Amino acid sequence: MSERARLLLTLADDELILGWRDSEWTGIAPTLEEDVAFSSIAQNEIGHARALYELAAGDLETDADSLAFDRPPGEYRCAPLVELRLVDDWAHTIARRYLYEEADRVRIEALKQSDDPQLAGLAAKIDREEVYHRMHAELWASRLRDEPRFAAAVEELWPYALGILEPAQRAELARRIGRPAEPAHAHKRGAHTPELEPLWAEMTEVRRSAPGAQW
Amino acid sequence: MGGDDGGTAVGAGRAMVTAEAVWAAIDEIPDPEIPVVSLVDLGVIREVEVDGERVRIELTPTFLGCPALEAMRRALEEKVAQLGGKPDVEVIRDDSWSTDCITAAGREKLRAAGFAPPTPRAAGPTTLVQLESKAFRCPYCGSTETRLENIFGPTPCRSIRWCESCRQPFEQFKTI
Repeated sequence: MSERARLLLTLADDELILGWRDSEWTGIAPTLEEDVAFSSIAQNEIGHARALYELAAGDLETDADSLAFDRPPGEYRCAPLVELRLVDDWAHTIARRYLYEEADRVRIEALKQSDDPQLAGLAAKIDREEVYHRMHAELWASRLRDEPRFAAAVEELWPYALGILEPAQRAELARRIGRPAEPAHAHKRGAHTPELEPLWAEMTEVRRSAPGAQW
Repeated sequence: MGGDDGGTAVGAGRAMVTAEAVWAAIDEIPDPEIPVVSLVDLGVIREVEVDGERVRIELTPTFLGCPALEAMRRALEEKVAQLGGKPDVEVIRDDSWSTDCITAAGREKLRAAGFAPPTPRAAGPTTLVQLESKAFRCPYCGSTETRLENIFGPTPCRSIRWCESCRQPFEQFKTI
């Protein structure tokens, strides 16, 4: 697999799995406004995944749905941060949204400078939409700043957030979050959490029930 | 442009498709989610190229997660086929579309239908401070005494605001 296809799948898998996790709040968020917000954010993230899979599919001579749903869970390239099932814990959910958006911003800004015009163009398009996700995350992070449960959640998820990025990009994330130098124990992508497999089973269940069907 | 392109060459099976005819036909395709505006009003058609029967159209998505994209592609293919052309619709996923691409006519149609059109893009990305400013006008009563209720709304492209003057919520197009 080419370096470009690997990168596209890494980004797409992060966005798909996080979109799936965010969608778990639909209908049960603490306020109606957050039901709408999480549903919309999830839709955007899955839309970004679709566009990234479509680019990868052109390189790998397959289609976006096959990449999203027909690989075994062990072949997904997502980072542990997005796999965690945080659905009944608002403090952790907001901490993840905040840390993910900051980490994602570091890599999107790098991708916008890419020599590959398709990658740079798509990164710039994704960035326009992410502006609103960042606003939402920052709004909540500042509202919860003095809440001990939120501070503990950020502390706990920080090593996972570092795992979103390549080692060379981690210092930039630490600077933006205002945390000291990176911990040695970043939860890197590669090894999956036990929470990925049940998510994968649910996400692919209908498609697996009728292999090859045209939907 | 010349005025005789309606004429059919002797012996040809059908009239030649022209770019003008394609643009006019696309202007009849409503946006699948907000049918008061056409795809031309939305500014999502980047290019129309006619080469014999082949009609190549470049379509840019508004938001990447918008489910209307596939419906737009199918509607374009049907329109071109009705004109006698062979459609080749290419989806361009770069950042060439922004809400500034919505035409003046499109913005007015949105406003008349109760959707506040997007504000023009500033030099930098939109900020929360801007969303909380008085730059947003209620599409019903015209008041700028409006406040942000939710950055997100019923579709990815819309936010929800509240008008203090006529005391009702309205949908505000996000600026991207």
